[in-house]
Amino acid sequence: MSAAIAAERPHATVEERFEYMLRLADTSLVAGQRLAEWLGHGPALEEDLALGNIALDLIGQARLLLALAGRIEGRGRDEDALAFWRDAGQFRNVSLAEQPNGDFGQTIVRQCLLDAWQLETYVSLAGSLDAELADIAKKAAKECRYHWRYSSGWLVRLGDGTEESHRRVGAAVQDLWRFTDELLTPDALDARMAECGIAPPPAAVRERWERRVAGVLEEARLPWPARPHYPWHGKRGVHTEALGHLLATLQHLPRTYPGVSW
Amino acid sequence: MSAPAADAAALRERRVWHTLESVADPEIPVVNVVELGIVRHVRTAGDGRIHVGLTPTYSGCPATEVIEQAVRTALDHAGLADVALETVLWPAWSSEWLSESGRRKLEAFGVAIESRAGAAPACPRCASRDVECIGEFGSTPCKAHYRCRTCLEPFDTFKCI
Repeated sequence: MSAAIAAERPHATVEERFEYMLRLADTSLVAGQRLAEWLGHGPALEEDLALGNIALDLIGQARLLLALAGRIEGRGRDEDALAFWRDAGQFRNVSLAEQPNGDFGQTIVRQCLLDAWQLETYVSLAGSLDAELADIAKKAAKECRYHWRYSSGWLVRLGDGTEESHRRVGAAVQDLWRFTDELLTPDALDARMAECGIAPPPAAVRERWERRVAGVLEEARLPWPARPHYPWHGKRGVHTEALGHLLATLQHLPRTYPGVSW
Repeated sequence: MSAPAADAAALRERRVWHTLESVADPEIPVVNVVELGIVRHVRTAGDGRIHVGLTPTYSGCPATEVIEQAVRTALDHAGLADVALETVLWPAWSSEWLSESGRRKLEAFGVAIESRAGAAPACPRCASRDVECIGEFGSTPCKAHYRCRTCLEPFDTFKCI
């Protein structure tokens, strides 16, 4: 981008950039922690390994993004301080990420909806004017593409599988759909980040997400649900009850034994 | 930089590369970190310090820190304690970064390598192309799990994504 065009762009404040990084970071962290709950409980060894590996990728992304958020904030908080020493109201993940695992089908549906969003978001963020964020995004996009391959493959297999599996993932899609609007509808901060060239234009992400998800729902013989009416605001720190329980597990050890290492 | 200083810097950089070649990957110890393709650069900065750039295979690869510690230890032992380590995220690692010798060693070890995303690898045991993927995720984040339909043996494959 030429200097002349760059100069026309407004500059985001430190607070705005910090807040936006937390949205991305916390979504990966919380989704990774949820998937990690499957360890040792997967329906087959391969799925146990797969969910654990995806969890690792997500927590790795969260670590890079939280470290970046800490550097932007400039108050000496590193990725551990941000992950372990904030309470639920200070988390900025989208509400979908924190929803409980339910059965394997419900986890797959949640993951599929989230993978599509992360993938399209990171693909776009690869062009961010924030060079550090762009580097993290380019790597994360490759990983999310692979996660999507896994979750969408399973959604098709379950949706187009037995009567029982079809019924279960169908119910999960209906149940989790209410959280998708938050992914796709920009608030003032999303719009501001796009204006500053840090985040992608939200309309582009929505369009690509809808195309991607519509394709897989069709293949899985599942209907496209009605648009949800009630908006959720996890990315503004208003969470469902599920997040507090998740954080209790995630943060227990470092809060009980501050500074512990092994 | 004067010619003798440049020569000295080049010599030290070669020693660093040589030392890095002695650091085995902690999870697949038949290859070293140079062969694995995760050493992105060894270069002398303006202040005369050598900088080594390492890249993780995957964002969440649990071996990343172990590798960094192993590299640090090897450099310390080689008398190269003032080398600076830095993390490079882009270009991101993929199996295309494996060196030729790394590929040969991995295949001899029984790990196949995808030539491009989604392309079925050859069985490292009998070279058959009649293989099937039984898990998109294998024993480490960088591998998928396959089975050979000819010799019936399961094997790990370095993913190309």
